[in-house]
Amino acid sequence: MHEYSIVQSLVDSVAAAVRGRQNATVHRVHVAIGELAGVDCTLLATAYEVFRAGTLCERSTLTIDRVPARWECPRCGAPIERGAFLRCPLCDEPARLGGGDEIVLERIELEVA
Amino acid sequence: MCQDCGCGDPNLVPVELQTRILARNDDAAAHNRAHFAERGVLAINLMGSPGSGKTAVLEATARGVADKSRLAALAGDLATDNDAARLERAGIRARAITTGQACHLDAEMVHHELHHLDLGGVEYLFIENVGNLVCPAVYDLGQHANVVVLSVTEGEDKPLKYPTMFARADLVLLTKVDLLPYLSIDMRAIYRSLSLVMPNPTLIPMSSPSGGGLETWIDWLAGRRAAVGAEMVFA
Repeated sequence: MHEYSIVQSLVDSVAAAVRGRQNATVHRVHVAIGELAGVDCTLLATAYEVFRAGTLCERSTLTIDRVPARWECPRCGAPIERGAFLRCPLCDEPARLGGGDEIVLERIELEVA
Repeated sequence: MCQDCGCGDPNLVPVELQTRILARNDDAAAHNRAHFAERGVLAINLMGSPGSGKTAVLEATARGVADKSRLAALAGDLATDNDAARLERAGIRARAITTGQACHLDAEMVHHELHHLDLGGVEYLFIENVGNLVCPAVYDLGQHANVVVLSVTEGEDKPLKYPTMFARADLVLLTKVDLLPYLSIDMRAIYRSLSLVMPNPTLIPMSSPSGGGLETWIDWLAGRRAAVGAEMVFA
């Protein structure tokens, strides 16, 4: 259950982003979580609900974009089908992860008075 | 003015960020990596379930290396320094990292403990992570390679159940193979599971008590250190 520690880092990242902005309230927080990031989105959402209390994210909602794992051949770039062996059937190269391991704060929406 | 979502709220301002949420951990990991490069140390993040045999692998490694002063370890657990004590008895310079309730090590915990560990003469640092197949995969510690310890008693489909851990593994040590005669485990099924989640499945069967597979493991470590050493020179 490392989702609480991720939410802590997330709230710190949001705080850094709004530093110096007067009269701004965090309205919404958008994050992208890869399928192979090792983060459970349901747990992350629950952790956010609990942890945001008393922080500058208290009145904000969390939107999670789930990014599917994307394996591809490092040589020819062909995508590897889901559920297939992680090796290019044409080049016989071990696949490379082209996306789906991100834990990213994409953007925030601020309410300004 | 909100121009993004079309809500039309004049008081909403979107701020584009695209920042890594674990950037602080990643910075600490980069700092650790610089420490290792300076010292010529190969750092291994040793992960696996509780009871998979991580500490036993390291004890066996110590038996296979004549000059044990080349080895050091940090042993992570929620509580007790039992593993560090075991490693010390095996001749490995070791420190415990007790995490309290945390299910994983992070780069800052490792960095803090590195300052209490004398790395003089050390060529290999093993960071024995908290026993867990989920959380430790998320945090970069500054290691050069991820090694996952999987025991044959855990079942053939363990890699399919924990794909993130195995997708990031550079090597899987398949431990307790001396128990195979007593189990109905198909080694090919384990390899097949790995091939579906690990791009270049590399597996060394090991038996820590008898030393089976030890030589192959030590050769793998030496090969890794040579490869990383070359990178350090050109860095």
